[in-house]
Amino acid sequence: MATKRTVEVELSTTGIGPDGKPQRIPLVAGGDGGVALQAPPGIEPDLEGEHMLINIGPQHPATHGVLRLVLELDGETVVRCIPHIGYLHCGFEKIGEYRQYNQIIPWTDRDDYLNCVGNNIAFALGAEKLFGIEVTPRCTVLRVIGMELSRIISHLVWMGTTCIDIGAYTPFLWSFQERENVYNLFEGWVGARLTTSASRVGGMAADIPDGWLDGLKAFVRTFPKTLDECDRVVTKNGIWVGRTVGIGVMSPEEAINYGLSGPMLRASGVDYDVRKDFPYLDYETYDFEVPVGVHGDVYDRYLVRMEEMRQSVRILEQAIARLPDGPVNVDDPRVILPPKHKATSEMESMIHHFKNVMEGPRPAPGEAYVAVEAPKGEKGYYMVSDGSAKPVRWRIRPPSYVNLSAIPKMVEGHLLSDVIAINASIDIVMGEIDR
Amino acid sequence: MSEFTVIRAGSAAGLPVPATPKNVPHRGGDANPSAEALKAQFGAAIRRVEVVWGETNVIVEMAKAHEIIQWLHGDPSQSYEYLSDVTAVEFRDRALPIEVIWHLRSLKFRRFLRVKALIEKGQPLVAPSVFDIYKGADWLERECYDMFGIRFEGHPDLRRILLWEQYAEGFPLRKDFPLRGRFSRAEQLRQALAANPEARYSMEELSVADAYADLPQDMRARIKGGESTGE
Repeated sequence: MATKRTVEVELSTTGIGPDGKPQRIPLVAGGDGGVALQAPPGIEPDLEGEHMLINIGPQHPATHGVLRLVLELDGETVVRCIPHIGYLHCGFEKIGEYRQYNQIIPWTDRDDYLNCVGNNIAFALGAEKLFGIEVTPRCTVLRVIGMELSRIISHLVWMGTTCIDIGAYTPFLWSFQERENVYNLFEGWVGARLTTSASRVGGMAADIPDGWLDGLKAFVRTFPKTLDECDRVVTKNGIWVGRTVGIGVMSPEEAINYGLSGPMLRASGVDYDVRKDFPYLDYETYDFEVPVGVHGDVYDRYLVRMEEMRQSVRILEQAIARLPDGPVNVDDPRVILPPKHKATSEMESMIHHFKNVMEGPRPAPGEAYVAVEAPKGEKGYYMVSDGSAKPVRWRIRPPSYVNLSAIPKMVEGHLLSDVIAINASIDIVMGEIDR
Repeated sequence: MSEFTVIRAGSAAGLPVPATPKNVPHRGGDANPSAEALKAQFGAAIRRVEVVWGETNVIVEMAKAHEIIQWLHGDPSQSYEYLSDVTAVEFRDRALPIEVIWHLRSLKFRRFLRVKALIEKGQPLVAPSVFDIYKGADWLERECYDMFGIRFEGHPDLRRILLWEQYAEGFPLRKDFPLRGRFSRAEQLRQALAANPEARYSMEELSVADAYADLPQDMRARIKGGESTGE
């Protein structure tokens, strides 16, 4: 008697038989009207040793940009992974050799475009090192605020998009809502949301407007609640844990040897944070913890980033409390423009303005490498000056470029679906990788 | 699931509390202690030590560079286990040599060291690969080769990385490479359309070979007529 169940089984096939026709599972009548599903030996098709080559990207939503991964699969297991990058290459470093220092700052917006303010400030720190300038106390604290805000938005984008990759949609909406609040703050500060160009050599593009701190205080008050909600939805979620625990493990020694940095390195159990170990902007005077994972898998990277956002909030609270009054820009006519009303009324100020804009400030010959703890890791700007107004060489040390170079090591032996989770956990930004 | 033992940066005894550097002089100041140790260990292979803006530069013989970096990495008194960056600098002054630069960090001692080796003008652009010491050097050296044409000997897979493998116009970060490339924009577009993509992508990978045929007729005629794209 053909029940629904037996018809379904009869129609299912296990492969192609020796005669080239689909092989049916033979039905064996048994008690209870049930069926035995074992296929007789010899009709399983031989799939051993046959590898499939599949291509992910460069246009694929889960590659977070124009990354292309060529994967060699044995069944569903990755045997080999060959990343291809460079689809977004625009020669930032070459262009920088033809631009004055302040003119390079808009390019830094565009390399890691989720961390614009952080990049602007990192570049300004490097250029100030070349000029031998130390910024004012108010500027130092404002820069800390800018860097921590951009760390929060970068991690929020990471969390939202990674949740989408792994199949959760809600945290994406919540995190992008909070990110919107930070972009509103940036808009109030420098007038731009994404490409901020917030810093200048020797100071900032603008001081914060009146009442801006109230907006920041409101954000600092409300943001941890959103974070807690995301935490409740994601951290102990069965699907999330199943997709991330034990995936893409890097041991601490491997992580150091591969040059990983940032949350990738700390999740592998290396307690190294540029803010703590090679401090800048007086980070040593802030009270904050550096979260460190002990498993080195995707789940620990998630936990590290979540905790980093909470620590950023702590730093922001301290920065708000200590923000001193005073000028934002240094009093150094080599790099800072005269006030606009003077430039239009006094001859000397006009000449000064003209020389600074048209010829550009000239640092002494020398070189400087400044590394900051960007959301993705150790972001370095290396500048070489020959005494002219344009750098001889401007090098970006992109953290996600080096982190991505370890992806073949991380995905090998994992399933195809884990490649998406591992790739998401690296937190890549192709603008920074391809430059 | 096994847990790793946490490696702490700055674990060496007696290190000062790290602080933001202030009043850094342009030249001079305290050199990284590793510079003295290198001089004692390698003698004449260390050509020069200088301190610029608080960062120590050690200029070494190219032939000994690999040995020196291996010693810095492996010796417990140095322990430069982290490679930050590999890059190169060519100066506008054509008489100056090209510098190959390794930025090394010791997490244990919280030190930062810049090792340089010089390639004099007219010499072949060759440097030793440190891939066998640091796996992270893989893409950094490939990029340096891609941009400057410096061959890192011993690298297992030295190919172009940001540019495509058939790119034949040269090495973009060299000073003799024009900012806008060697050809006009119209010529670059023509070459891009005339390229055979299947030479770069196997059929399994990706095929956009018919992209030119998909363009509207008038656009194809305009491109054939050599129309420029506004440059």
